This record gives sequence, C-alpha cells and structure tokens, in this order.
Amino acid sequence: MDTLLLSRIQFGANISFHILFPTITIALGWVLLFFKLRFNATGERKWMDAYLFWVKIFALSFAMGVVSGITMSFQFGTNWPGFMETVGNVAGPLLAYEIMTAFFLEAVFLGIMLFGASRVKSWVHTLATFLVAFGTTMSTFWIIVLNSWMHTPQGYELRDGVVFATNWLEIIFNPSMPYRFVHMMLASGLTVAFLIAGISALRLLWGDRCEAVKSALRVGIITGATLIPLQILAGDFHGLNTLEHQPAKVAAMEGNWETGPNIPLVLFAIPDQEARENRFEIAIPNGASLILTHKMDGVVPGLNDFISEDGEVLHPRVAPVFFSFRIMVATGMAMLVLSWAGLYLLRRYGAGDMPKLPLIAFCAMSFSGWIATLAGWYTTEIGRQPWLVQGVLSTKDAVSDVPAGMVLSTLIGYLVVYAILILAYIGVITYLARKAAKGEPLSMRTYPRSGEAEVVALQPGE
Amino acid sequence: MELFGDPAVWLPWTFAALMGLSILIYVVLDGFDLGVGILMPLAEDAEKDRLVASIGPFWDANETWLVLAIGLLLVAFPPAHGLILTSLYLPVFVMLIGLILRGVSFELRAKAPLKQKRIWNSAFFTGSLMASLSQGFMLGMYVMGLTWTWPHVAFSLLTAVFLTVGYSFIGAVWLIWKTEDCLQTRAIKWAKGGIWGLILGIGAVSLATPFVSSRIFDKWFGFPQLLYLSPLPIISALLVGFLWWKLARLPLYNDRWSWTPFAAATALFTLAFFGMAYSFYPYVVPEQITIYEAASAPESLFIILLGTLFVLPAILGYTVLSYYIFRGKATDLRYD
Repeated sequence: MDTLLLSRIQFGANISFHILFPTITIALGWVLLFFKLRFNATGERKWMDAYLFWVKIFALSFAMGVVSGITMSFQFGTNWPGFMETVGNVAGPLLAYEIMTAFFLEAVFLGIMLFGASRVKSWVHTLATFLVAFGTTMSTFWIIVLNSWMHTPQGYELRDGVVFATNWLEIIFNPSMPYRFVHMMLASGLTVAFLIAGISALRLLWGDRCEAVKSALRVGIITGATLIPLQILAGDFHGLNTLEHQPAKVAAMEGNWETGPNIPLVLFAIPDQEARENRFEIAIPNGASLILTHKMDGVVPGLNDFISEDGEVLHPRVAPVFFSFRIMVATGMAMLVLSWAGLYLLRRYGAGDMPKLPLIAFCAMSFSGWIATLAGWYTTEIGRQPWLVQGVLSTKDAVSDVPAGMVLSTLIGYLVVYAILILAYIGVITYLARKAAKGEPLSMRTYPRSGEAEVVALQPGE
Repeated sequence: MELFGDPAVWLPWTFAALMGLSILIYVVLDGFDLGVGILMPLAEDAEKDRLVASIGPFWDANETWLVLAIGLLLVAFPPAHGLILTSLYLPVFVMLIGLILRGVSFELRAKAPLKQKRIWNSAFFTGSLMASLSQGFMLGMYVMGLTWTWPHVAFSLLTAVFLTVGYSFIGAVWLIWKTEDCLQTRAIKWAKGGIWGLILGIGAVSLATPFVSSRIFDKWFGFPQLLYLSPLPIISALLVGFLWWKLARLPLYNDRWSWTPFAAATALFTLAFFGMAYSFYPYVVPEQITIYEAASAPESLFIILLGTLFVLPAILGYTVLSYYIFRGKATDLRYD
C-alpha cells in the first residue's frame, strides 16, 4: 500500500476513534444539565442519583475525546501538510475559533463541573454544567462548518493555487452546513438516548429497581423515540442537499451507474467497480427516483457521468459508500422500531416492569448510535473522494511524503492502542453499571437545591 | 489593519508572540502535571490518589494550551507547521500515544475494578514519561534544525532526559505547594533530586544553541547586546540559588512560603523560554523559514486576531477562576 492510502486509513482510524466520544459528550452534557435542573426543580433524589451515575461516564468519555482530539490537531501537519498550505486561510480561522471559543470553555469548566460541587454554590455548579454542554455544542458547530465547507466550498477565491477567504458569512453558512449540523446533533442525541436506555435496561436486568434507573430508562426511550423521526427527516433533506452539490456521492450511495429516469431503489447489491455494474441486485422499481426527486420518472445521476475524457475516475470507490450508507439506514430503522416499541411498553407496563426481551434488545442497542454515526460519516467522507476539498484540492495532492513504512507502523500502533481502549471503555461502563446495580450509594451528601441554604453533611475524612 | 504599519509585518509578529505565549503556558502548566505523573512510582500506594487529585481539575485545560499552540502554528504559519511536523513524525506519534494513555488512565484508574488500578497507574506513569521524553526530544531536534543526523539525535536524546527531569522538578514543587505532611516532605526530597537535571538541561540547551548557528552566536555575544542580555543568565542563576536555599529549609511552620519554589520554577522556565525565543527569532523553522515567509494571508490572520482579543482574556479569566476555586491543599476528588 502507498503513503496516500495508508495516510487515509490512518486519518480515518484516528477520527473514527475520536468521534465516538464527542458523539456521547455533546448530548450527554445537555442530558446532565437536564438531570441537574430536574433536581433543582423537584428536589427528588433520583435525579441527583442519575446525574452522579452519568457524570462518571461523561468524565470518562470527555477524557477519551480530549486526548484523541489532540491527535487530530497533529494529523493535519504530520500526514496532510498540503491541506493547510492550500486552504489554510479558510480552515485556519475556523479551527482557531473552535479552540478559543469551545475547547477552553469546556475544558476549564469541566474541572468545576466534575469536582467543584462541594466547593461552589449550587447555581455556579449548574452554570458550569451548562457552559460545558454549550462548549461541546460550539465545538461541534465550528468543526461542522469546516467539514461542510470542504464538501460545499464557497466564499473564497484562488490566487496562485492558494485559497483566500472573500466572504466569511458565505464560508460559515455554506450550503451543506445547516443540514450536516442538525444531522450530527441529532445523531449525538440518539447515540446518548440509546446508551442511556441500554445501560439502564442492563441495570434493570441485574435487578436494580431504584427510581433513578427507571427515570433514566424513560428519558432514554422517550428521547430516542422523539429524535429518530426527526433524524430520518433531517437525513432525507441532507441527501437532497448532497444530490444538488455532490451528485457523484449520491450516485455511489444509490449504486446507480447510468444517469436516467425511473431509477430503482437498490436494497442490496455488490457493486463491481471494474465491470461497472451491480451483482446480486435486489431493488424496488422507481424507488430511488421517488426518494430523491419525489417523482416516479425523476432523473437520478449515474456514476458513469463522472469519468473524465481520458478515463480518470472522478467519483468515489462505490462499495464502501454504498455499504456504509445501508448500514446507517438499517441501524436507524432498528432504532425507530425499538424506540417506538419501547414507548408502547412504557405505557403498558411502566419502566420498572418491562418484560425481559425488550430490555435485552435495548442492551444490545446500547452502542448502536456509534455504528450509525460512523457509517454516516464514512458515507459522506469517502463519498467526497477523490477530493479533499470538493473541486478545489484533491486528496492525493495534500498528502505528505513520509515513507509508507512509517505511516504503516504508526497506524498499527494507533490501532492496537485504540482497540485496547475501546474494550477498556465499554468494560468500565459495564462495571460502573454493575457496581451501581449492587446498590452502592453514589453519594452520602445531602444536596441543597439552588436557592436553599446549603446544609452539608460532612463525611469523615472529607 | 494599517493602523500599526504594514500588516504583513506586525500580524506575523503578533501571532508568533501569541504562539510563544501558549507554548510557554503549556510547558509550565502541563509541565507540572506531566511531572506529577512521572513522580507517581516514587509515591506510596496510599498517596497516589492525592497526587492525581492535585492535578485532577486542571489537566484537561492544561493540555488545551498544546492544542492552541499547535493550532496557532497551523493557522498562522501553515508551511512551517507541515515541515516541522513531518520531520518530527515519529516523536509526535510517541507523544500522542503517551498523552492518550495518560489521559485515559487518569479516569480509568479511578473507575475500573480495583484490581486493575495497578495497571492504569503504570499506564499513567508510562504515558507521562512518553509525552515528556518525546517533547524533550522534539525540543532538541528543533534546536538542531530538524535534521536527522546521529549527533543531532544524540543531543536530542539528552534534551529528552533533561526536559523530563525538568518536568518532574516543576511537578515536585507543585506538590510542595498543593500537599501536606508526609507527601510534602517527600516532594521536597524529589525536588532536591531534580534540581540538578534542571540546571544541566537549561545549561545544555543554552550552550548548544549558539554553537549550532553563527547567527545565534552573534545575537548573543556581540556588543552591546551582551550587556543588556546579561540579566537573563544572572536572574536565572539567582533563581536557582533561591530554589536551592529554599528547598533546604522547607517545610516551614504553618506552611509558609510553600508556594515560592513553584513560582521560582515558573520564572526559571519563563526566562529559559525567552532566551530561546530571542535566539530563534525571526525563524519559525530554524535557519530555513522566517515567520514572515510562513505567515498566512493578513486577512485571515486579522479575523483570528479580532476573536483572540476578546476570547483570550476570557480564557485567562476563567482559568484563573478555576485555579482559585481549587486553591489550597489538594483534597480527594469527588463528583458530589
């Protein structure tokens, strides 16, 4: 394998590992704020217990996100120097704003949010929690702006092959940004909803019947059931936006080779890029035309349009885009079915007496958000190839000239560490759930609600 | 933009200064928390939690200064960023793996089953050591002009060891400030052991840089600059003398002056940093690319600077707030 492919795999591995944790912390920050506010409003102990259980998982995920994010900031320089040299004038300020308006905010107030509860007033702690959640959302915003600009660049001009910014509003509000931002925020919300539902279901299965678990299960299922239809809708809009700006990507997602009307919706196939056709195709007639143009005879772009005169392939490799898109959609459908079934079962049985089978299903779906998120990102990012910045900079022009052996050996190093850490991460979450299910108290403190006088029962040695 | 003269001159300068500032803040802040990680195996098992507690609320934000520094290099001097990082490919990898190991062990040592704690403690130490060594190595390579020859690698291995000792020194003096009783006494002993490495390290880099380039030699040893640069080594020597004297007397009754070694060490790091900055200016890649050649378009830098003027004071403000909230001796980390 050459440096280009290995560098792509390395960047892919690093960013895949990284995105797992922000996907959790973005939404979990807001859920924690919700628990905290519910506690402030009702004074019910269960909300504080839920907060104290999930804040541990938040802290762990946040640490994993921070350290894997540091890797990302170095990857630009070590593997893709051409990226900043060509589009640095646009990417630079966006990254700088992310670091300055988001990273510091979340990192500093995280310390106060995690360890400051006994040192500051309750409202300061609530404010710190808000600022951490706000910080994670801001950082999502800036990085999505940059990523979207790479898909749908505008507001710039080229001088001697280097990009110069001409209109910052056009850069920030580029055509795909709103769709991508909403799609990602909802993805984060769904990931956390299913994580909370799954871990709560696990604790119920282990016989933990405390109020905090039941409430958390309810929060998880209701959030999931609310967000999944919105996500399907947002995904559809995002797809139409991609059709307008990156037709080659949509052609690869649909596995459609020839442009034309009445294109079928391919449910399954094995795309053969050499023969330029699909094998073992199962398809619904007119389906793709209907979804993408809302007309039976709507014209859908085909991959064969993206071959240049001299035979150069200007569309992405079809199979990875085609399959990861289907994995994302399938996971989304499973989420829809399970969360709505869960909603019905909640009404019928209540959170405490839910039958075993659906609880097991929720356990199995604990990390389904990760699968859908990764599959979605693979679809859109591999779908942008051969471009790094659509129509401006090709991926092969940005790669560094580091020897392939060096990239390969560091890649193996990263993969080994990541594999161990993912196992440790899931292991520790399960262990925390196990410990909580055994009924170990999360805190001996009596909590003041905001506005009430603080009465702290000090523990020996505190 | 024309207010201060040619923006193609003052903007790169300002950004070099900002980048220098964040590197300096990073080296001091993450220096002490990496140092605490390196000292971990020396502590008794019972003290390890307290060691970690002394840096718990801060380490996340401390590492963000590294992201800001590398971000500023990335956004303000893109060609230099690419050149420096591709030539430091391997040490950067070692550092990143180290920072990852250390960051996750921080959480996992407290949350994983008790029988795994030993493993995560040693991962915490190993990660801290990897990060410090590789940063020291990169410092050496940078001083030597980023070329991989045997003498340069040998020198960089030396700076790797010295920076690691330097970090453990500032870690030890941080612990003198933030802990009490037995652990504090132990930290004083560690600091006394580390001060040698600090002197040798700063000495080695200070002596090596002028001999790597005649340009740097002339910058320091010409007349009259020798005269007005002389306070730098003199104050440094005084600070080392003060540290030596103070460490021999601590701990004092009522914990008086326990913060002074950390302040002196910070001042020492700062002076050493200014010495280096003076040597290398105006180059961002030693002897190859100046900050003016490497700078991004003034329009882009200006947009970032505007934000920085508002955001940086806020960042500094709430960083101070966080250190204020967690002032005094470190207590056990609790979420409730």
